[in-house]
Amino acid sequence: MSDIDSRTDEELDRRDSAPGEERITEHELAGGLSGYLLGFGLAILLTIASFLAAQTGLIYQPAVISALVVLAIAQMGVHLVFFLHLTTGPDNTNNVLALAFGVLIVALVVIGSVWIMAHLNLNMAPMSAHQARMMP
Amino acid sequence: MLGKLDWSAIPFEQPIPLGAALVVFLAAAAVLIWVTVKGYWPYLWDEWITSVDHKRIGVMYIVLAALMLLRGFVDAVMMRTQQVLAIHGPGYLPPEHYDQVFSAHGTIMIFFAAMPFVIGLMNFVVPLQLGIRDVAFPTLNSVSFWLTATGALLVNISLVVGEFARTGWLPYAPLSETTYSPGVGVDYYLWSIQISGVGTLLTGVNLATTILKMRAPGMGYLRMPMFCWTSLASNLLIVAAFPILTATLAMLTLDRYLGFHFFTNEAGGNQMMFMNLIWAWGHPEVYILVLPAFGIYSEIFSTFSSKPLFGYRSMVAATLFICIVSFMVWLHHFFTMGAGADVNAAFGIATSVIAVGTGVKIYNWLFTMYGGRVRFDTPMLWALGFVTTFIIGGMTGVLLAVPPADFMLHNSLFLVAHFHNVIISGVLFAAFAGFTYWFPKAFGFRLHEGWGKAAFWFTLAGYVLVFVPLYIVGLLGMTRRLQHIDMDLWTPWLVVAAFGIVVMIVGAACQVAQLVVSIRHRDELRDETGDPWDGRSLEWSTSSPPPFFNYARLPHVENEEPYWTIKQRAMEEQRPGEDESYEPIEMPRNSPTGFVTAFFSTLIGFALIWHIWWLAIVGFIGAYITFVVFAWREHGDYEVSAEEVERIDRDGRAAQLAWLRRRERVA
Repeated sequence: MSDIDSRTDEELDRRDSAPGEERITEHELAGGLSGYLLGFGLAILLTIASFLAAQTGLIYQPAVISALVVLAIAQMGVHLVFFLHLTTGPDNTNNVLALAFGVLIVALVVIGSVWIMAHLNLNMAPMSAHQARMMP
Repeated sequence: MLGKLDWSAIPFEQPIPLGAALVVFLAAAAVLIWVTVKGYWPYLWDEWITSVDHKRIGVMYIVLAALMLLRGFVDAVMMRTQQVLAIHGPGYLPPEHYDQVFSAHGTIMIFFAAMPFVIGLMNFVVPLQLGIRDVAFPTLNSVSFWLTATGALLVNISLVVGEFARTGWLPYAPLSETTYSPGVGVDYYLWSIQISGVGTLLTGVNLATTILKMRAPGMGYLRMPMFCWTSLASNLLIVAAFPILTATLAMLTLDRYLGFHFFTNEAGGNQMMFMNLIWAWGHPEVYILVLPAFGIYSEIFSTFSSKPLFGYRSMVAATLFICIVSFMVWLHHFFTMGAGADVNAAFGIATSVIAVGTGVKIYNWLFTMYGGRVRFDTPMLWALGFVTTFIIGGMTGVLLAVPPADFMLHNSLFLVAHFHNVIISGVLFAAFAGFTYWFPKAFGFRLHEGWGKAAFWFTLAGYVLVFVPLYIVGLLGMTRRLQHIDMDLWTPWLVVAAFGIVVMIVGAACQVAQLVVSIRHRDELRDETGDPWDGRSLEWSTSSPPPFFNYARLPHVENEEPYWTIKQRAMEEQRPGEDESYEPIEMPRNSPTGFVTAFFSTLIGFALIWHIWWLAIVGFIGAYITFVVFAWREHGDYEVSAEEVERIDRDGRAAQLAWLRRRERVA
């Protein structure tokens, strides 16, 4: 609306702004074209690293899964910072809160589901050895 | 050419659905002919169908909800009468039809009556209360409404063409898989809920953005009216929970259409996962409905007690507490599924704990009334009816949250009585209260008090008479969804419940009469000041009905009750605020995007239900082209000149000034 359009970029940036809505990005590490290029480079590096971890013997075999999880989380971080422009600045409170809410809900639903589904056979009648062998 | 569709889809051998469909069809045709003869089409198209005004969209949501509420109520009447007539006998509904009736009742009441009613009220009220001119994405809002209407249309088409699901309102797998439900019933359910679910999700995004980003100058978070807070929490829940519903139903769709095995019995599928996921959405859904209702009650208790809301900050905290904890209780819908003592205990405790948030709210409402000058207008009666009956429903809920008790009571009519107890007083009474409360704001005249009060008393009495017997037969061991009954022990209670539904029919008739009488006598019921209830929040500061831009100047908010402050100052100074200069306003342009998208979505839905693949492709292409055309539009906004704004605003201010003069003379 006209009310918002008439404000200067600096005024706007001090408000909570949506991802990509900020007008002034020079002071941000992840701002501008260089930010996108840096993010792109990091994302590619992390992708290559994941393939290397999975397909070569570079990493101790039982640790591959943990390595992939770590690399995936790092990848998410790169996307959030460089492409979704999530910062810790005051203009980003809403975005950080939204992310925290999302992470909380996903964690509740995923962990809850795993917990529930892993306990579903607790009220079953005791099985004979033969029946146990027939279980899928 | 037409997939599975042929003449056998029309139930010629079943007189009841066919007769009902005929009545609906004739009524719809009569309305269409009347509109055409009177030449109302251009007006309807320009002012309503293509409107992106949040007030118009809100009203259309409520019209849809009211129609679907009647449809769902007819289903309820059929179930109550069937159970009385089918004692030691077959009754008048064969099992396959009865199963469709209870499935359609639940689906329609939750998705197409309660949700649109609540969303309609949020749509209408939230921007007015925030002191702004529209929601964040006006055209998206129109798309949301028309997609919801598409879903409702598909469900009602199933009455004549084909059948509806016989699986209950949540299509539990594996009953809903093709092995056990080979017909199109479940497909009708899936596509209508998927399409309207997209609409609901978009509404959630839209309203959450509006509340977070677009408040009037000075309206910090802790100055927002309570209804805005509960709407925010509800819309955050929509954004978080509806994707779970969409994903779960998408998996069931893959099972049914492409032979996947997510929830089947064989090939490694797990039907328990369906139960788990559907309730991970289903429980937050309960709070999506009831939180805005709590907001409506908060506004009403405060206004009609002539006092600020007691414990505003604790109310905000309780709302956000419920918002989070509502995602930690879903297992209580399937305690008996076998998860064992540890899991059941954890979720049982969480369920009891969430009642604390609601308890805080109840005490705050009681203390709001305490020491206030309480006025017993119709909205306040609904609110008082809510407090007295909701507490019983809440307590039976806490009882059911105890896993050992739940093992006795699950799937019984006690459970059915519990959730109707909370959802009717919690959501439906709130919808009626909010409807009566904000009706003058929407249309410029009040609803008739006498008919409104009659509707309240009959509905309340009928509701108690229906559900108290159901609690009792539930304790006597009667399970839900019985098509016929052989137990004499239950007979007297079922007769009382059937009598109760007759009383509720009188209540519903009073509602309709109230609307008709009020429209006929609108000149006597006219609200000239825009503030018929001596209100406290910003929506009452503009005229009734508000101008299309809501506020000529965005209000400046200095405290929690901005309009109350403005009003007190105006009465002291004997003039309605300062005369400032007017500025031009930019408003969003009307757009047929929503209606056209919904038209193509209806084609997609109907085609996929009946496996008419070419029509589905046509629908998808049409919907995509609509999106592209809208995305490449040249002008989204237009400017309202300062003179136009001044001309419209002057009338409203003149009425307020006249009120001040009148008041002065009386005093």
